[in-house]
Amino acid sequence: MTKSRKILLLGGLALASFSMLFGVYYAVFIEHQTLDGMSGSLATSFARAAEGNKSESEAALSLYFATKYNYVRQVDAHSHWVGLAMVLIVLGGAFDAVVFAERLRQVLAWSMLLGSILFPLAVILQAVDHGSWTRWLAVFGSALVIASLAGVVAGFARAGTD
Amino acid sequence: MVNVAQTFALMSARRLFVLGGLALIVIGMIFGDIFAVFVLHQNAGKQGAALVDAAQAVARQDPQAAGRAFQDLGSLLEDRGTKIDTHAHMIGAGYLALMLAIAQPYVVLAAATKKFLARLFISSGIALPIGIFAIHYIGLAYSPFAVIGWASVLADLSGFLLGLVVLIEIWGLVSYFLRATAAPVEPELPRDKTWSCRVLLTGGTVLILLGFLYGARYAAFDLYRNEGMEAEIVRGMLQAATANSGNGIAQHAQEFGNLAGDHAVQIAAHSHIIEFGLLAILLSFIQPYVFLSEASQRFWVLMLLAGSVILPIAVALELRFGLIAGGIADLGGLLVIIALIAMLAGVIRYTGSLDSTGATE
Repeated sequence: MTKSRKILLLGGLALASFSMLFGVYYAVFIEHQTLDGMSGSLATSFARAAEGNKSESEAALSLYFATKYNYVRQVDAHSHWVGLAMVLIVLGGAFDAVVFAERLRQVLAWSMLLGSILFPLAVILQAVDHGSWTRWLAVFGSALVIASLAGVVAGFARAGTD
Repeated sequence: MVNVAQTFALMSARRLFVLGGLALIVIGMIFGDIFAVFVLHQNAGKQGAALVDAAQAVARQDPQAAGRAFQDLGSLLEDRGTKIDTHAHMIGAGYLALMLAIAQPYVVLAAATKKFLARLFISSGIALPIGIFAIHYIGLAYSPFAVIGWASVLADLSGFLLGLVVLIEIWGLVSYFLRATAAPVEPELPRDKTWSCRVLLTGGTVLILLGFLYGARYAAFDLYRNEGMEAEIVRGMLQAATANSGNGIAQHAQEFGNLAGDHAVQIAAHSHIIEFGLLAILLSFIQPYVFLSEASQRFWVLMLLAGSVILPIAVALELRFGLIAGGIADLGGLLVIIALIAMLAGVIRYTGSLDSTGATE
C-alpha cells in the first residue's frame, strides 16, 4: 500500500474515531442541555412578552440567539469532521487511480488531511472566540481541502487520458 | 491475477455488506422522496401557523396559550426531525456498509467473525431507522422510563451495535497496518479500469468538489447574514405582538418561513451533492460485481450522475421556482433510485450466476 493511501486511510480512520467520540460526549453531556436551554429561552421570551415584561423577554431572546449560535457551530463541526473523514477514507481506497507521482500524491493527501482537521476545528472555535482569526482559519482549512480535492479530480481525469 | 468470483463468496461478509448496503441506500432514498412529497412542505406550513399562534397569544397577553403553541411547535419539529433522521440514518448505514465491504481484505479478523459482524451490522442498520421513525408515534407508551420511550430504546441499542461493529472493524484494520507483512487477508478486488468505474470515480469527486464550493459560498456570504436576519425577524414579531398588530405578526411569520426555507434548501443542496458524490465513488468500487452489459452499465452510470446533479440544483432553486423546481428535484431523486435499483439487480444477477456455477466454492 502506498504512503499516500496510508495517510488518507489512517488519517480518515483517526478523524472518524475522534469525531464519533466527540459526538457521543457532546450528545450525552452538552446537546440535550443546550436544546432544553434553547427551547426554554425562546418560550420564556414569548411568555414574558405576553406578560408585558419587555426587558426579561429581550434577555431571554438574546440568550436564545447566543445559545443557537454556539449550537449550530458545535453540530456543524461534528458533522463536518465525520463527513470529511468519510471522504478521506473513500478517496484513500481509490487513491492509486490518481495519476501523479507519489510525492505529489502525498502532498495532496497531507493537505486534505490537514484541511479536514483545521476547518471544523476553526468552526467550533467560533463558539469560544468570536474574533476574526477563527473565520480566517476556517477559510484556510476549507481552501486546503478544496484545492487538494481539485488536484485529485485532475489526477483521476488524467487516468482517462492515459 | 485475482479472480473476481473469489472476492464475492456465498454469504461472505463482503457480499452481505454490498447487497445490504445497496438495499439500505435504495430504501432510504425512496423514503426520502416520499417524505419530501407528502410531509416536508405540509409540516413547514404547520410550523409557521404554530409560530403565528404563539405571537397572537402574546398579543392577547395569554402566556399559557403561548406555551401551548410552543408545545405544538416542538411536536411538529419532532415529527419532521425523526423523518429526516430515518432517511439520513438508513442511507448513512448503507454508505458505511459499502465502505466496510471495500475494507474487508484489510480487516484482520476470522472469516466467521466477519460474517457475524456483517449480519449484525445489516440487522442493526434496518432496526435503527425503524426505531427513529417510531419515536414520534410511540412516544412514552408502556415505557418504564421517565423520558425515553421503547422506540428510542430500539434506536439507541441499534446505534450502539452499529458503532460496536464499526469499532471492531477499525480494530481489524489497525491490526492490518501494524502487521509486518503487507499482504491482504483475503483477495483484493481487482482494479477495474472500465469506462463506468472511471466516470463514477471522477464524476463523484467532481460532485464532492462542487458541494464543497457551494458550502464555502454559503458560509462566506449567507450564514452570518441569515443569522442576523433571523434575530431581526423574531424581535420584529415580538414587537408586533406586543403592539397587537395582526398584520405585523403575519408579515414577520411569512419572512421567518421564507428564511427557514432558504436555509433548509441551501443545506439540502450542499449535503445532497456531496452525498451523491460519495455514493458514486463507492459504486465505482463495486462495478466488477454488476453483471450487466457494458452498454447497460454506462447507461445506468450516466443516469445516476445526471440525477445526482439535477436534484441538488433543483433543490437550490425551489424557493425561486416553487413546485416546478420541487418536481424536478423529485425527478432527479427518482433517476438516482432507478439507477441504483438497476445496479442492485446487476449485483443480484452476478451472485446468482456465481452460485449456480459453483464458482466461489
